[in-house]
Amino acid sequence: MHSAFSLQCPIPISDYPTITLAHGGGGKLSQMLVERMFAPAFACPELEILHDGAALDFGLTHIDEQSAICNLQSATRLAFSTDSYVISPRFFPGGDIGSLAIHGTVNDLAMCGGRPLYLSAGFILEEGLPMDELWRIVQSMSAAAKAADVRVVTGDTKVVERGKGDGIFINTTGVGLIPAGVQIAPTRARPGDIVLVNGPIGAHGIAVMSVREGLEFETAIESDSAPLHTLAADILAAGGEAVHVLRDPTRGGVASALNEIAARARVGILLDEAHIPVQEEVQAACAILGFDPLYVANEGKCLAIVGRSAAVPVLAAMRAHPLGQQAAIIGEVADGQPGKVFLRSRIGGLRMVDMLSGEQLPRIC
Amino acid sequence: MRFVDEYRNEADARKFLTAIERLAVREWTIMEICGGQTHTLIKSGIDRLLPQQLTLVHGPGCPVCVTPLELIDRALAIARRPEVIFTSFGDMLRVPGSARQTFEVSKTSKVSHGARDLLGVKAQGDDVRMVYSPLDAVKLAQKHPDRQVVFFAVGFETTAPGNAMAVWQAKQLGLANFSILCSHVLVPPAMEAILGSADNQVQGFLAAGHVCTVMGYWEYEPIAERHRVPIVVTGFEPLDLLHGIYLALAALEEGRWGVENQYSRSVTREGNRAAQKLIGEVFEVCDRQWRGIGLIPASGYRLRPAYAGFDAELRFGVTDMTAQESSLCIAGQILQGLKKPHQCSAFGVLCRPEQPLGAPMVSSEGACAAYYSYGRMGNVKRGA
Repeated sequence: MHSAFSLQCPIPISDYPTITLAHGGGGKLSQMLVERMFAPAFACPELEILHDGAALDFGLTHIDEQSAICNLQSATRLAFSTDSYVISPRFFPGGDIGSLAIHGTVNDLAMCGGRPLYLSAGFILEEGLPMDELWRIVQSMSAAAKAADVRVVTGDTKVVERGKGDGIFINTTGVGLIPAGVQIAPTRARPGDIVLVNGPIGAHGIAVMSVREGLEFETAIESDSAPLHTLAADILAAGGEAVHVLRDPTRGGVASALNEIAARARVGILLDEAHIPVQEEVQAACAILGFDPLYVANEGKCLAIVGRSAAVPVLAAMRAHPLGQQAAIIGEVADGQPGKVFLRSRIGGLRMVDMLSGEQLPRIC
Repeated sequence: MRFVDEYRNEADARKFLTAIERLAVREWTIMEICGGQTHTLIKSGIDRLLPQQLTLVHGPGCPVCVTPLELIDRALAIARRPEVIFTSFGDMLRVPGSARQTFEVSKTSKVSHGARDLLGVKAQGDDVRMVYSPLDAVKLAQKHPDRQVVFFAVGFETTAPGNAMAVWQAKQLGLANFSILCSHVLVPPAMEAILGSADNQVQGFLAAGHVCTVMGYWEYEPIAERHRVPIVVTGFEPLDLLHGIYLALAALEEGRWGVENQYSRSVTREGNRAAQKLIGEVFEVCDRQWRGIGLIPASGYRLRPAYAGFDAELRFGVTDMTAQESSLCIAGQILQGLKKPHQCSAFGVLCRPEQPLGAPMVSSEGACAAYYSYGRMGNVKRGA
């Protein structure tokens, strides 16, 4: 049996340096890939590699007793989410497509107020993908899943012909349990609520872009990719039912996420630019490219909209968490202007923050 | 961030606003030349903090906006050629050409014919790439000797040195597969055109700091003299703009004219001599069509005869392509400061960032896009 943390790819590289169509053909090579690479990486009792699905025990034996959510046993609702990862480049400062595929789905579940438990992993591999790269990606997924305390319990692999994919696409689907009493929904934002974020925004988008486009900055900007479920649990523990909305502002950034919430809840949202944390390097990169950090993607950020009275305890809980040391109150839910997001600029002016139309494109000068 | 945070400070902004309010007695119209300045004004909300006597109108300094429609068509035609790698800065990729997308609507689906912009050409499988510098396009040409690499060289004096450097390098390297589609324009002739127009309303200018970083401001002195207007070379941060407005207003109220330099941390009277020398080596001044405005004599650059081999229009034979503007778009009046975006009947209704009729709605520096994105709608209902 190969260890999940062996330093070397368990597929004999000399024989199979790259993925071939046969690795997805269902025969011996497929079996070798699953048995030697995937199964050890995601080893857990639920992973029945010779079966098409996993049978999951609702006894939840793998959740440790110190879990921040103590009333999971009484949970009656299931959080269920799916996301596909097609990111280019596959490796970037602060992460790779593998860790991202775990964090993204874990975070989607966490933003429903759920405790993420089980994931599936579907791989679409392009013929010619270096075996070693796949190995590194799978190792990264394995480490990310362990760190996030979730289990990958079922999966699938397909190989497409060269030119019909971009190296590797990964889909992860996940389930989690929502503790009794937790009611998180974008429609619950109401006038008077406070908007918080757990730290500086925009790092992921700029990190990925700088690698993809070959931009060099004095200091490398790292993606913020991280699992947010323990942070979300701490927020819920501190704010209880006053936690109305949780949202990870991924593609489209903070601006798009808040616009969606404002539209769904039919409320206005007013942000205070001076209080929105942005790392200096990200701010500088955005200034060069003509980007607004409010629209740049994040993979380890959590927006929380909470009742006014819960703002201080929630902020304290966020700051006590390793992923929330620079948490800040960035705005409030306003009476009037339903569906719109406004921002008070640093110099005291007011403007609307619209949804992004298309991608942000670097400007001429 | 150093050199940025200092210029976004609320307490200092208040001081400037109070000083501006005290100064403003009569009604004045000031034009900021550069689209980047327009965006700062609207994004930071300065337009709403100024006293009512002061009207800011938005100038032609948006390269995407003033690039003629037929040049976009030429770019699309060149980009569709199989041997071409077409390279451009990001914000030119979304500017639509004259071919309106036609939809054939069946019961179940819409079928589109023809690409409207460079992103559309890329989606149809042609090789269009976004670059961050024209020098990256030169590198591409070195890397792909079997392909023709074309760079879409638009912009004001700010981008001219980079584009000149690219052509100069290509010549030194003996690259026969590199060319530029050139549409360079110059600020001073546009200011002259605006001031010389019978409908002119502009009484003072905030000149574009980046253009002056390259060119200096000596060229503006005779304009200020001739038309008796104050011209303040101004930066791009909120406090730069407030300071520039303050200086222009003070001159107007006191009846002074001439050139002042607010952006002295970057601009000298002479400008960047090395950059100017390189521009002079590669480019020569020519008449240019400005989108929405028309022909302005001696208002642009073209490649000198010694560099004509790098002219994509000649290489690909697209010089005779012409195009018809949408009759609804009033971009020309907006770029000359005669109208505000929300005074256009198409604004926000037929013309939106995702479906632009004219370039000022496309560019990240365009006045119409700024008004739309930051919610300066007048009485127009969004997304109707």
